[in-house]
Order: sequence, then C-alpha cells, then structure tokens
Amino acid sequence: MQVKTKPAFEIVPGARHPMEKYLRTDRIPHIWCSGCGLGTVLGNFLYALDELGWDPDEVAVVSGIGCTGRIAGYLKLDTYHTTHGRAIPFATGLKLANPKLHVAVISGDGDLFAIGGNHLIHAARRNLDLTVVCVNNFNYGMTGGQCGPTTPLEGRTTTTPFGNFEHPFNLVHLAASAGASYVARWTTLDGRRLQKGLVEAMAHEGFTFVEVISPCPTNYGRRNRIGEGLDELRYYADHAVIRHGADPKEAEIVSGKPFLVGKFVDVDKPTYHEMYAAKVAEMGGNK
Amino acid sequence: MPSKATLSGIHFMNGDEAIAEGAIAAGCRFFAAYPITPQSEIAERLSWRLPRVGGAFIQMEDELGAMAAVVGAAWGGAKAMTATSGPGFSLMMENLGLAIMTETPCVVVDVQRGAPSTGLPTAVGQGDMMQARWGSHGHYEIIALVPSSPQEAFDLTVRAFALSERFRVPVLLMTDEVVGHMYERVEIPGEVPLAPRRRPQVPPEEFIPYQPDPDLVPPMACAGEGYRIHVTGLTHDERGYPDMSAEAHDRLVRRLAEKVLRCRSEITFYEEVGLADAEVAVVSYGISARVAYGALAQARQQGIKAGMLRLITAWPFPDERVRALADQVQGIAVVELNLGQMSREVERATRGKVPLAGVFHAGGRIHTPHEVLAGIKEVARCR
Repeated sequence: MQVKTKPAFEIVPGARHPMEKYLRTDRIPHIWCSGCGLGTVLGNFLYALDELGWDPDEVAVVSGIGCTGRIAGYLKLDTYHTTHGRAIPFATGLKLANPKLHVAVISGDGDLFAIGGNHLIHAARRNLDLTVVCVNNFNYGMTGGQCGPTTPLEGRTTTTPFGNFEHPFNLVHLAASAGASYVARWTTLDGRRLQKGLVEAMAHEGFTFVEVISPCPTNYGRRNRIGEGLDELRYYADHAVIRHGADPKEAEIVSGKPFLVGKFVDVDKPTYHEMYAAKVAEMGGNK
Repeated sequence: MPSKATLSGIHFMNGDEAIAEGAIAAGCRFFAAYPITPQSEIAERLSWRLPRVGGAFIQMEDELGAMAAVVGAAWGGAKAMTATSGPGFSLMMENLGLAIMTETPCVVVDVQRGAPSTGLPTAVGQGDMMQARWGSHGHYEIIALVPSSPQEAFDLTVRAFALSERFRVPVLLMTDEVVGHMYERVEIPGEVPLAPRRRPQVPPEEFIPYQPDPDLVPPMACAGEGYRIHVTGLTHDERGYPDMSAEAHDRLVRRLAEKVLRCRSEITFYEEVGLADAEVAVVSYGISARVAYGALAQARQQGIKAGMLRLITAWPFPDERVRALADQVQGIAVVELNLGQMSREVERATRGKVPLAGVFHAGGRIHTPHEVLAGIKEVARCR
C-alpha cells in the first residue's frame, strides 16, 4: 500500500459512487481533509443502509457540530445538522414524535462526549431506540485541533502544547455502563467489519453505540508524529486487537499500546418507546 | 378537525394547568421538560394527559435537551411544547436559536420567578422579558405572549400554537408564578380549531425546502414524508444547504425578521382599559396588570382619569399604539416586576414625549394597588 502522489481535488468525469442514490451529489466534493476517515465512515454507512434495505424515506440522520457533524448534509435522507452536543436530544424528539422512523445520530467524540455527554448517558439509560455512531479522532478537528475528552494522555493539541494532562474517556466503557444495549468499536481500516457493526446496531432495538476510530492527519496526526492518514491506518493495523465480548473496561486507548476493537455488548432489554407505547395502547390513547 | 381530547366545559384550575389543557386542545402531542418550580404543574399534568391522547411526554436530563427534543419533535411532525422557569429558560436559549434559524414551529412556556440566578424559586417575577426578546445569540424577531389570568393562559397557549404554525417560529408564553398558581374559572370552548401546518404543495423532486411563499414563510416538510430535506442551523440557501456568504446570511436573517414584522397586526394584541378619556395611562402586563385594574378604579374615584394599555403580546411590541398614547395622555406609569424592562420599550416608542413613572419591584411579591396608584399620581402631577 504505497501511495506516492496526493489525489487531486476533483471528481473524475463520469465517475459515480455505487451508493449515489443515498447521496446529495450536488454537495460533493465534501469539506473533509485528505487522509481524514470521515469519507470512509460515510461510505460504510451508505453500504450498511443499503444492506438493511429500509425505505430511505423512513430513515433520518441527526448530527451535531464539528467535522463529523457535516455527514448529515451529504446524505439524501431527512437530515438534521443541529447544535453542538444536542444531536441526541433532537433525535429523541424526532423518534418519539414519529416512532416509525429509523433514527441514527452520527457525530464526533467532542460533540457526543464533552458538550453532549449528559445527553448520551441519559439516552443510553432510557434505552431509546436510537443508533449513535461516534467518530473518534481524538481532538476537535473543525476548530483547529484542540484537546478533547478522548485525547490520550500526553497527546499534543493546540490547547495542550505541553501534552495532555487529562485522562481520556474510554467511550466503549462509558456507553456500556450507561446502559447501551449494543456497543461496538471499529477503526476506519475495518471497512467491512464496520459496515456489519453498523447494520447490527441499526437493526437492534434500543440504544446502540458504535465508536469508529478515525484519523485526523491535519490536526492530530501531524502534531503527534503519526504522519499521514495512511500512516494512521497502518498504526491501526499494528495496534487494533479484535476481541468480541471483551470487558468494556479493558477497551481503554493508550498511545503506542494495543487497543481492543470488536463487539462488546449485545443484549436485549425493553426500550423506552416500547413500554410507553404499550401503556398508551392500554389506556386507549386516541390522537 | 377539533381534538376530542379537549376538556370542554367550565373548570376551576390554575394557570399552569390551563396551559397544559390549552396545549392539549391546540393539538400539542409532544412535551419535553426538566423539573423546575413554578412550572411543575404543567409537566405533571401533561405526564398523565398526553399518553391518554396518544401523545408523547418525556422528562429530559436538562433544559438544553428538553428544548432540543421539542425542535426534533416538531420536525417529526408533532405540535410540540416545553415549559420552564428562568434558570431553565437560560439553558433553552441555545436551541431556541436553532428553532428560529430552522423555522421550527413550537411553544416555550416560561413561568417567571424571582431572578437572577436561582433567585426566588417559589415566588413571582417578570424579569425574563428582555431575555425573551434577545436571549439567544444573533438578531431575530420573536413572538412572546403574556397572560394575566388562568383563562388567558389557556387562550394564549392555543393562540401560541396557531402563531407558531402560521409563521414557523417558536412562540414564547411569558407567564409568571402567580398566574401559574392562581386558581380561577377557566372556560374551555366546545371546539378549538387546530392550526394547520403549512405543507409542501409540490412533489418531493420539485420541493425547495426554504423557498418562501409570498408572505416569506416557507412550507414545511417533516421527516418520513418522502421529501428528504436537509435542515441546518448554519446559514443556508433556499435548498437548505449551508452557504457561508455574507449575501446569503443577510438575505436569510432579514427574511426571518421580516416575516414576523410585516404581520405585526396579526400578532400584536393588547387590551385597552378606560383609555378613551384617559389623561394618565398605565402600561402593564401579566399579573402586574391584574393589580393595576384596582388602582385604576381608585384613581378614577379620586378624580384622575386613568386608563391602561395591557399588553397581551409583549413581542413584537405595540410601538404604534404606545406612540399614539403619548399624544393623548400626559404621563405613563409602567408597572412590572423587574426594575424596568418593558418600560424601556415604552420610553423608546414614546420618544420622550411624556413623563414616565416606573412602578418597579424586583419580584418576590406582586405590587399592591396602592403602589400602582402612587405611580399614577406621580405622572398625574406632571400635568
């Protein structure tokens, strides 16, 4: 896998994406940097959607703010680019108002676990029927590469010029402890496994969580001597260890050490909406 | 079609309960909130009323989430409401801005209490009136209604939903602790017409989500209806796509303001009490106006021809009516439970033409009629 030349920023004439039917092609090219993992996440989400075979009119995607927050805008679905950290409560309202919708939240680690952390743990606790995809690139890319809730100890960012002194969250452990009924983690190197994980998560009733480890060469990789996007993928190849059913506590990420990927939680429990709807039916709730 | 859920008839209920019933009657089928005094009766009533009418109730983890959920629910097709008090109202400002920018119809109730900060959780205030106007960042126009009684709390909740659908804006119901907790006769009509949401008139492939109708309000396509639109809080073009140009921004922000301002006559309501021959006027609203009725009667007994302009809509402010008032009367007393918020608007509208007396109290209790009478006498002396 040697890439010598950088790709030109233009679309090859006549080229079509196989999943074009789910894309707002008039909004392509996207805004993401060369080497960023978000294109891969978007692509895998499209393939997962296709595999699920759902009516696209019944799928809504909600994003918060940040680089990942821009995913919603490229999807030819009902898509909502909301406020910073509030994608999950927005999705909560959307889902409860129209339970027929399949609702996915796709956002970044800063959006979902710093400013939106409270919403995430409570949505998980309620076991709302939502799928949350968190693209974790270990920093705030959109604003120029600041330290975030997942930045590893000693990581260099624009606001940790002497290295990060804060212990990062283990997102897998946090989501599992808060009550998520499905928890998986993959890297953008694991395209097909990620796609399978997304399919499983979206098909699973209840609050499901997929963390995607993704390169940010422009802001994080560069400052932490990881190199280009491809170099970070090589890092994943060397350090990611697949272990399904592992204890979420063991999923912490430490720079330079092996880290776990795989499916950590997959349990069935009643969803908020199921219980609410049953009570409404029992009382003969009429619109 | 009127909702069967409407509790038609004559009731004895407090303002908070009347707001909950007004919402149900207006077709509200989604309510999200976070517990706060003195709003509790609204949430508690809706927690057992909404499931019975097939609606959704959810208690969120905070008011940031409650407001975001309301905006989401509106895009899910529901008429949606939240209710809070000052501290929660502050947290809602973020997603109130999202509702303004994305043109999302919804209703936000603020049962005002003594403030700033935690202030007086169980006692009355009217200190959030300017926050209602300018609390979220950026320049925008907002609609805010101020009920003076439980009956009016019911009526204005229904009207708030109608206005929110008509203009695709969040509408604020700025009530207060005393109106919220005061029990009175509330008559709920047999039929409450449901305000329709403005629907797209073209098939999805021809629909341009933010292309406004001639009245500057665009039709709204909700999730799951096949229109597959993109909605963003970023500055956007008529397709709903982000557009970071100064031109697009100015065009959008102007339209959002203009769609409200050009229809002031449909939005801005007030009650005139004895103004025909008045030489002195009171301008007030909410519970403070209720107290002022008594003071007006006392002033008349003492030979002072006093009248009142009672605001029913606080925002947009009735500039023209207040300006005309300044040509008629010799002085205006503004009565409110803050140290001068709507009085700034009165001063602005009257352009210094007449003397003003501020009958202000920071909150914790309502005015006495005697205090209002003193304000009336103060401006009457200026004759």
